Amino acid sequence: MFDLFDFLSRLFRPQGSSETAKERLRLVLLSDHLQLAPDVVEALKRDLIDVISKYVEVDTQSCEVTFEQRDRKVAMLANIPILSMKVRTLDSPGAEAAPHVEQPEPRTAVLEEPVGEEPLETPGPVTAPSHALAAAPRPRRRRRKRGTAPKPA
Amino acid sequence: MARQHKRVILVDADIGLRNLDLVLGIEKRIVFDLVEVVEGRCQLRQALIKDKRFESLAVVPAAQTRDKQAVSEAQMAQLVDELAEWCDYVLIDCPAGIEHGFRNAVAGAGEAIVVTTPEVSAIRDADRVIGKLSERRLPIRLIINRIRPEMVRAGEMMSVDDVCDILSAELLGIIPDDEEIIDTTNRGEPIVLDPTKRLALIYHKIARRLEGELVPFTNLAAPSFFERIFGAWKAG
Amino acid sequence: MIQPDTQSEPNVHGADGSAAPARRGRAIVVTSGKGGVGKTTTTANLGVALAQRGAKVALVDADVGLRNLDIVLGLENRIRFHLLDVLEGRASLDDALIGDKRVGTLSLLAAAQSREKDDVETEQMRGLVERLRERFDYVIVDSPAGIEKGFANAVVGAEEAIIVCTPEVSSVRDADRVVGLLGHRFSPQLIINRVRPGLVKRGKMLSVEDVNEILRLPLLGVLADEPDVIVATNRGEPVALDAASRIGSAYRAIAARMAGEDVPVPMPRREESFFSRLGALFR
Repeated sequence: MFDLFDFLSRLFRPQGSSETAKERLRLVLLSDHLQLAPDVVEALKRDLIDVISKYVEVDTQSCEVTFEQRDRKVAMLANIPILSMKVRTLDSPGAEAAPHVEQPEPRTAVLEEPVGEEPLETPGPVTAPSHALAAAPRPRRRRRKRGTAPKPA
Repeated sequence: MARQHKRVILVDADIGLRNLDLVLGIEKRIVFDLVEVVEGRCQLRQALIKDKRFESLAVVPAAQTRDKQAVSEAQMAQLVDELAEWCDYVLIDCPAGIEHGFRNAVAGAGEAIVVTTPEVSAIRDADRVIGKLSERRLPIRLIINRIRPEMVRAGEMMSVDDVCDILSAELLGIIPDDEEIIDTTNRGEPIVLDPTKRLALIYHKIARRLEGELVPFTNLAAPSFFERIFGAWKAG
Repeated sequence: MIQPDTQSEPNVHGADGSAAPARRGRAIVVTSGKGGVGKTTTTANLGVALAQRGAKVALVDADVGLRNLDIVLGLENRIRFHLLDVLEGRASLDDALIGDKRVGTLSLLAAAQSREKDDVETEQMRGLVERLRERFDYVIVDSPAGIEKGFANAVVGAEEAIIVCTPEVSSVRDADRVVGLLGHRFSPQLIINRVRPGLVKRGKMLSVEDVNEILRLPLLGVLADEPDVIVATNRGEPVALDAASRIGSAYRAIAARMAGEDVPVPMPRREESFFSRLGALFR
């Protein structure tokens, strides 16, 4: 039997305690599984974003780092919107050469470790999935030819 | 399971805090217990109490005035192996916690049923237990007990889906909170004895699922259109 | 029998003229035997209620490996160090004690989650509780379920015991067993939790008198089975924090009794059912 009052009051009531319970439980179980204190989980997220920010400029407000648990295995997922590639200077560790190529709107990109000694040619358009597994970035093996999309991570 | 003509032996592994006897109403019939068997002071058959209501049900009671250190994991495993030769199912009632008593109870088992309620502490503990059982590679199935559909509807209790999601375990049964069970336990008459009781039906379904039958979970009450979407009412 | 709020009076001079240690708080273990009857909820709420009266309270979670006092209190995200860190010298008590921001004089010492109860030496627990008693008016230890090592560790440093049971045969039986195991060192007091007056009236549940007849313990309080408690645990906001909560009031009354006040034993109202209380949630 449809109870309109109940339905509406449920819509407009502040978050029921079961939602709160679920969120708290997820976080607590995550830290139980990782054997990390909850504040360490938060610090891990912040550090991750900081590290990525060294190589690319990120939209820190929109960064999402979540942990997913499947069959008791934990994976970390990161959605890191990239605003632009960082301008390379003598100091900054392997920043991508920016450019004379005009950077279009923010896009997300596959994370790859910048080359370092090998100077890059101007990068072509980057095609990438909308999010990437924040695994350790893999070193690039060979020079990328102009106009070729990088292999996905 | 005994009602479904399976041969079942129940083992109370809660040494020192035994209760299986009380719940079954056989507390006055205990002569020998688990510890006495393990210590060789009686034969295993002598400790078995046959239930007068069910042909194929027997119970090995725990000792009450001993502690869990009186039995080792190896001894439990051996005992359970021996029992398993005489029946279709050995069901071991595990004590609370994850200490020696828990390890003993698990030692002889080939599968595990984890019982939880939809409350934060219970789920957290169930999670830890599931972790320990997984380490031993035991297949695990979950029973969610004492769920209150009206509270789930009100958004003040986690739903079956919430719990299964958080624990990532295969669901074996959903048992609603029910006043009747308190009375039946008081009287030592398992609720399954009375087929008119809602919980009796649910326990039967769980037994059938254990046997491998695919039994759908029943609705507790006819859901409204919106409830069908939100899924707050399942049981079985 | 109400325990007066005794703390050893500070002795300025001992028999040999030396300065004796100052006050020593009360050390209380909350235990039950049976799991899931409300020990942790009771520990949390009594802690809050006593601290609300101005007492300095330390709550200790002795349920190593299955900790829950933190999550019931809503302090789970603030744990940096735990009991074993202190016992094994990796952290000081000050590092590990978490001050509750809602009730200034309440602190929590959390259990370790990924360790075992066997990792705790019983004598170390005794020493820890002693140290806490020097700083707090009440040290309340939340015992794990059962009667194994965890229980022994929880009990060792305590001088008083509160037994929590529900009006169900298994729970009462376990409580009785625990009374026996606690032995002569303790004069335990009883809290009966999750009473459903409607069921009692219909003869379907043991009454308070029934339980008391079996256990014969001084009664601290009787708490009804109400949805507030589940909601409170969901939120991590113990009911004792809620001035409007009936169970909260009951816990506050129990705290007053513990402190020596002549307050009658809180009892659930006879007519209330779970469902009528549920309606209150909608308001």
